[in-house]
Amino acid sequence: MELWFTERHTPNVNFSIKVDHQLYSGNSEFQRIDVFDSKEFGRFLTLDGYMMLTEKDEFIYHEMITHVPMAVHPNPRNILVIGAGDGGVVRELTRYTSVESIDLVEIDELVVEVCKKFLPTTACRLDDERVHIYYEDGVKFIRRCENKYDIIIVDSTDPFGPGEGLFTKEFYGSCFKALREDGIMVNQHESPFYAEDAAAMQRSHKRIVESFPISRVYQAHIPTYPSGHWLFGFASKKYHPVRDYEPTKWSMLGIKTKYYNTQLHTGAFALPNYVEEMLRDVE
Amino acid sequence: MTELSQVNAPIYEALRRFRRMRVVPFDVPGHKRGRGNMELTEFLGEDCMNVDVNSMKPLDNLCHPVSVIKDAEMLAAQAFGAANAFFMVGGTTSAVQSMIMYACKEGDKIIMPRNVHRSAINALILTGAVPVYVNPDVNKQLGIALGMSVSQVEQAIRENPDAKAIMVNNPTYYGICSDLRRITELAHAHGMLVLVDEAHGTHFYFGDNFPVTAMAAGADIASVSMHKSGGSLTQSSFLLMGEKVNADYMRQVINLTQTTSASYLLLSSLDISRKRLALSGKEIFAKTVEMAEYARSEINDIGGYYAYSRELINGDSIYDFDVSKLSVFTLPVGLAGIEVYDLLRDEYDIQIEFGDIGNILAYISVGDRKRDIERLISAMSEIKRRFGRTGADMLSHEYISPVVTEAPRKAFYAEKVSVPLDESAGKVCTEFVMCYPPGIPILAPGELITPEIIEYIKYAKEKGCQMTGTEDINIERLNVLK
Repeated sequence: MELWFTERHTPNVNFSIKVDHQLYSGNSEFQRIDVFDSKEFGRFLTLDGYMMLTEKDEFIYHEMITHVPMAVHPNPRNILVIGAGDGGVVRELTRYTSVESIDLVEIDELVVEVCKKFLPTTACRLDDERVHIYYEDGVKFIRRCENKYDIIIVDSTDPFGPGEGLFTKEFYGSCFKALREDGIMVNQHESPFYAEDAAAMQRSHKRIVESFPISRVYQAHIPTYPSGHWLFGFASKKYHPVRDYEPTKWSMLGIKTKYYNTQLHTGAFALPNYVEEMLRDVE
Repeated sequence: MTELSQVNAPIYEALRRFRRMRVVPFDVPGHKRGRGNMELTEFLGEDCMNVDVNSMKPLDNLCHPVSVIKDAEMLAAQAFGAANAFFMVGGTTSAVQSMIMYACKEGDKIIMPRNVHRSAINALILTGAVPVYVNPDVNKQLGIALGMSVSQVEQAIRENPDAKAIMVNNPTYYGICSDLRRITELAHAHGMLVLVDEAHGTHFYFGDNFPVTAMAAGADIASVSMHKSGGSLTQSSFLLMGEKVNADYMRQVINLTQTTSASYLLLSSLDISRKRLALSGKEIFAKTVEMAEYARSEINDIGGYYAYSRELINGDSIYDFDVSKLSVFTLPVGLAGIEVYDLLRDEYDIQIEFGDIGNILAYISVGDRKRDIERLISAMSEIKRRFGRTGADMLSHEYISPVVTEAPRKAFYAEKVSVPLDESAGKVCTEFVMCYPPGIPILAPGELITPEIIEYIKYAKEKGCQMTGTEDINIERLNVLK
């Protein structure tokens, strides 16, 4: 018997993982949630059939979306995380003792429940006393926040489905309003490689550029996402991600990471020419 | 044959039967089930092209219905509580025109509120009827035209006892209703027909706790835009008639201007939508209202904006309010409605129904998703933060009383001369000046041009309202009576 999970990356490209067995399948009010076990990637979570994370490569995504802004901001105390019901971002954030509060806004309570049960690798720190979970639409939650957060991490799904509001200009504008005067917003920024992803990436970059004075993009290599070449957006009111970065200060914290390091921080902002060009086209 | 009920959709069922018969077409349309125009077929889909067919025996004929269309019209009449109902394929415009052409001949008077749709005034040009305008009350704060107050209708009837009919909007574009029951009683007591423009009131017939419908109020004829809140295809509507209306004569009137090639796409969409509303309209509109109420309370929480509702009700010119409408007063954030309307589209990719000088209207329906409502609210909050102004001096009166000096038909066909806008004061206009949407005339043929009107036209142009109706597309000149 062979059981395969297949995600369509484009109409002409499939990505498949051989499944050992399925651990969970259920429908929430918002989406279908599945958890599988596999020999190659360990456990993995999919939403509406789209890969969210695997145990084998989740560290890349979670470290890169968290440590980059945390290392640039001189004193991050109040953090807002939108999406991220799997708990991976929260796990990384709780490693900073300077952090006083982490508000997690996840639209789908069932995602958190399922991750707590089946994905302890990422959901392990959701019970930290600094973490407050709000089950709400992020677009709605942030509307009422003003001058409240040092860092906002937008760990969204794709720009269609329940997460589509997290790619809109009204949302980025609300994030700007919710940040303190030196705040930073980092977001999952899609991929530049396949045409449809690239168009979504450009659209969201354009909207961020129009909303923040500083807007840079950085990259990481994530094997289970379409094309493996993934981008993150770094939008900021005051700090430049490279010029205002103090590597020694971060190193002194003694946080042990598997992917992120201080040279890679700077290097991640160096983008291939074709990506630079795509970004310039909408700036 | 089993008896028909609201679970049936006779036209739809006939089309499905017809499709299975695989009849070889040697009739129009010439695209022959789409095969003759593949690009169009790929765009619209084969299923759609397959039922774009001509009238024929198994499918009946809208001009003279005897079988499935007749059955479908009977079911529609039943669903709407009307004595008769006709399927209309020329938009509610054609329904409104048919009502007026039924009620009035050349020279007959018809009482109507000024904020009627342009289709009603166009019908006056077609028939030669003469309008007696009842000035709707205006809410001074919001700058919107309201319903007709009963006392003003009484006065119009007293001064024009020879009028043949009275026309009522139920509701207005903004969701405001007049006291339709009382106005109907008054009109009937004076031998006048009551014609109701229910372009924005389809849902009143099916949801709970909505304002009274024309048919329930005893009105004679109503035009219902099924394609607005009813979910059918654009351009499809119903014409509803009460007991006392001669439906056979009405059909003759309709056939004067209606196409002889009625689209079965439109007809089946009316049929299916009627069935859907009859069977589950209550839940559908309960959801719609819930979303509208939620959006209203969130928008009011932003501050500045005023999303109004039933609190406006004053027992007369706002006798009732349609809570499924999301109308928002925008001037307190320092922005004209049309500016918010443009910003929503240009900055946030959100298209709403319309913006006027002081208000916007977002059309809410069962097709909306909660997350899209959140986007609309957030975008409005962002517009206030990014573009909001204070102390902006704004002209807030949108409604200007018309001075009718000639019958619209006479002015429209009279000898005319074109003059620059600035030199037109004191002259009689021979064309329309519309601010669109909402499509309520600033000037209609036969009306006096005043300095106030000229100022308003300039202001609305400057604010980016779409102005239409004039021969000069830029509205720098107006045609006036020679």
